[in-house]
Amino acid sequence: MKKLLFALATTAAVIGFSAGAYAADKAKVCFVYVGSKTDGGWTQAHDIGRLELEKALGDKIETQFLESVPEGPDAERAIERLARSGCGLIYTTSFGFMDATVKVAAKFPDVKFEHATGYKTAPNLATYNSRFYEGRYIQGQIAAKMSKKGVAGYIASFPIPEVVMGINAFVTGARAINPDFKIKVVWANTWFDPGKEADAAKALIDQGVDVLTQHTDTTAPMQVAAERGIKAFGQASDMIKAGPETQLTAIVDTWGAYYIKRTQLFLDGKWETQSSWDGLKDGILTMAPYTNMPDDVKAMAEETQKKIESGELKPFTGPLKKQDGSEWLAAGASSDDGTLLGMNFYVEGVDDKLPQ
Amino acid sequence: MRIELERRPGVSKLFSILSPFIALGLTLIFGGIMFMMLGKDPVAALYSFFIEPLTEIWSLHELAIKAAPLILIAVGLSVCYRSNNWNIGAEGQFIMGAIAGSILPVVFYEWQSPLVLPLMMLLGMLGGALFAGIPAFLKAHLNTNEILTSLMLVYVAQLFLDWLVRGPWRNPGGMNFPETRTFDATAILPEMIASGRAHWGFGFAIIAAILVWFMMRYTLKGFEITVLGQSQRAGRFAGFSSRKMIWFSMLLSGALAGLAGIAEVSGAIQQLRPVISPGYGFTAIIVAFLGRLNPLGIVVAGLVLALTYLGGEAVQVSLQISDKPIRVFQGLLLFFVLSCDTLIHYKIRMMWYDLSETAGKGTR
Repeated sequence: MKKLLFALATTAAVIGFSAGAYAADKAKVCFVYVGSKTDGGWTQAHDIGRLELEKALGDKIETQFLESVPEGPDAERAIERLARSGCGLIYTTSFGFMDATVKVAAKFPDVKFEHATGYKTAPNLATYNSRFYEGRYIQGQIAAKMSKKGVAGYIASFPIPEVVMGINAFVTGARAINPDFKIKVVWANTWFDPGKEADAAKALIDQGVDVLTQHTDTTAPMQVAAERGIKAFGQASDMIKAGPETQLTAIVDTWGAYYIKRTQLFLDGKWETQSSWDGLKDGILTMAPYTNMPDDVKAMAEETQKKIESGELKPFTGPLKKQDGSEWLAAGASSDDGTLLGMNFYVEGVDDKLPQ
Repeated sequence: MRIELERRPGVSKLFSILSPFIALGLTLIFGGIMFMMLGKDPVAALYSFFIEPLTEIWSLHELAIKAAPLILIAVGLSVCYRSNNWNIGAEGQFIMGAIAGSILPVVFYEWQSPLVLPLMMLLGMLGGALFAGIPAFLKAHLNTNEILTSLMLVYVAQLFLDWLVRGPWRNPGGMNFPETRTFDATAILPEMIASGRAHWGFGFAIIAAILVWFMMRYTLKGFEITVLGQSQRAGRFAGFSSRKMIWFSMLLSGALAGLAGIAEVSGAIQQLRPVISPGYGFTAIIVAFLGRLNPLGIVVAGLVLALTYLGGEAVQVSLQISDKPIRVFQGLLLFFVLSCDTLIHYKIRMMWYDLSETAGKGTR
């Protein structure tokens, strides 16, 4: 049977032609996306990074991508396909690709891998992440100024440390302005599902929140906020088009510079594994223009951003209490990265029970 | 004008054999036109879609991995559908099988023995069967519609899994991420051949298909299934109990879906996660009908459907197009196969009315 298959395969290969013939002198850099590259959010931000990479190093590399790859065993196959098709450097851009990336990386020691937002590395597997929470702290401050009711709605994806960290940063920022500020959380249990995200937004607005923020990938919540006439924050990409009179600002992921830097190292043969976690000051995230808010709020937001960029302000700095009232950080103490990366508790002010 | 489908008096043998090929031909033509309109070489696209995945050993393995759960579930469903029991909840039975089978490697992870794997498979079948037993009980004793109950239970299973991996079964060393501990080597379904990662799930699928085919064709039970499916009354005269048949078909299909679930988890994923199936239980319904509810046909249909997934990725990589046209193309293939099959059994009749007349009579 194996022989027969082999014979068939060879015949097909001879009769057919090499569909995978590429210019051999250019290195191939590949991307695996969890969503559609036009999702207006997370994946689109990565794709913009890819296009910037092409623009910068296009004479030495070519890029390829697979989009809408489901997390799980399908991801392993998709990544392996890219590794086999001659990709030298592969970026896998969703947390759920972690184990699949680890497995394929072990199988292809000569191919370099970079996995976004994960925590497992190998000699040929690096991780990269962005300190999104810095942007969320600024958003929290803006929300506290803009909300009349003192309650914001938060559409969350999965209760992983990354997301919990974002919620806590938002609340911490808000309570720095208004100590009684509260947020309500809805878990959409998806990264990408316009219908569910919109439903979550409606549910939150019905519960009386008057500012909305999200940790999911599409512009659906922004559109709902626009329809209902409340303000909202964009996520991953500038979503101003979905809510010209709604978006206050957005956390904009700007992966391009990172992709260019790492790909250049790869071309020079100097690529090494690492765990990169940069923030506002490194430009891996930027804030979309502060719009639809009074000038004093805008000035405050810009001031906070400057302080975070200069390192003068660390969002998670005490005194801070956990949700149950116990002390987390003493006055003046700042959280270490380890605690943030494994965060599984809420700070005070979150009107929700952490699913666990 | 009205268009009606009219049942043909007899089914042409020739055309039931030709129909899949006609469908394939139509798909190639229309798919080719679509790729041309996108400015891509249609020959290259079709080559990447149908041939390229078959030219490499590793991707044949991937094909087997992808096809295994589809075939295993669809074989069980074919027995259900033949006997006129509409189990739509195989996705839930798949998940419950995976959960039941994972009890050993997740809760009793310290127990490492060659007995673990066979017990896991048995527990998986048991879990799937018990979960399918709920709609079976409801239908057999309370006359509930099994389409609704089995479908609704899918969501129950999904949320139960979600709760488990976030709560009691969460990996204590996993930084709070929603997943269980990874299985010990003794709990991982081994590869069938050394050349790639296809695991024994595919072997189970083939064995199940052959056994069910044999049962349907050569045993009294198979006859009973067919008779009860076509006419309950005739079945009663023959002394067959349709109530027992509900239990038999639902439990069998539940057990096979459960086996598919634990085989997928143990062989391919090696831990439980909030989502372990990209909808195998639902896709398997398509596979069952593509295979015309014949277990051997289902093996072919499962492989073809798995090929469309692999081919879709291959086209994306080789031609650099988005996955949207690929999905349209997959849709075209299914559309033509199912409509060609429909036209074997039915013919289209145009009914012409005099509109003024019917309007006057107020037939609506």
